[in-house]
Amino acid sequence: MSTVAIDKTIDARGMACPGPLMNLIGAIRQGQVGQTFEVLSSDEGSKTDIPAWVAKAKQELVEVRADEGFSHFIVRKVR
Amino acid sequence: MDEQDKPLSLVLFSGTDDKLNAAAVLTVGAAAMGRPVNLFLQYYALDAFRTGNLCADHALSPEATEAQAPVVRAHPGLHWSELLKQAKDVGEVNIQACALSMDMFHLKQADLDSLVDGVEGVAAFMASASEGQVVFI
Repeated sequence: MSTVAIDKTIDARGMACPGPLMNLIGAIRQGQVGQTFEVLSSDEGSKTDIPAWVAKAKQELVEVRADEGFSHFIVRKVR
Repeated sequence: MDEQDKPLSLVLFSGTDDKLNAAAVLTVGAAAMGRPVNLFLQYYALDAFRTGNLCADHALSPEATEAQAPVVRAHPGLHWSELLKQAKDVGEVNIQACALSMDMFHLKQADLDSLVDGVEGVAAFMASASEGQVVFI
């Protein structure tokens, strides 16, 4: 279990690529600096796409954790 | 200019749903990564952007086998027109109709869906493409 406090969880399980990433981008745009977002995704593409986007957008990837059939991506909005 | 910041320019020629979807996925990915995207709609792709025609059945390309076609159709991803809307929402996406194809099919901009930003000639499209790649789909 993660101990990071989450402000918003986006359950994108079952969504096709690039849906989970697009939902994360939307949430980060609407959120406040300092907030932490968690994306649940079963899309294999998210494993490469979310870290690539976070690096490009200069946000912070706090944690990536595998679960049963999906992954948790925890991202903090830092700018 | 960094390679990752150069525009991505896609020529959409094919009007089948699978190729339009592939193009829309590239568009939304590039837009999400901060690259400007130019789409140039020609021939059969342009026809798919007529008002009221976006969500019609545009069939699949000839390379889809009998076994593959139902798999492609059953896939739950967003429709290509929705992906293009998302791309416009997150990034800089400019969708232009090819003037030659407009003329060929006797179309005016008023006949096209509002996703299409304008009508331009090939030289204007190439000017927008500038130093970035041009991909033909």
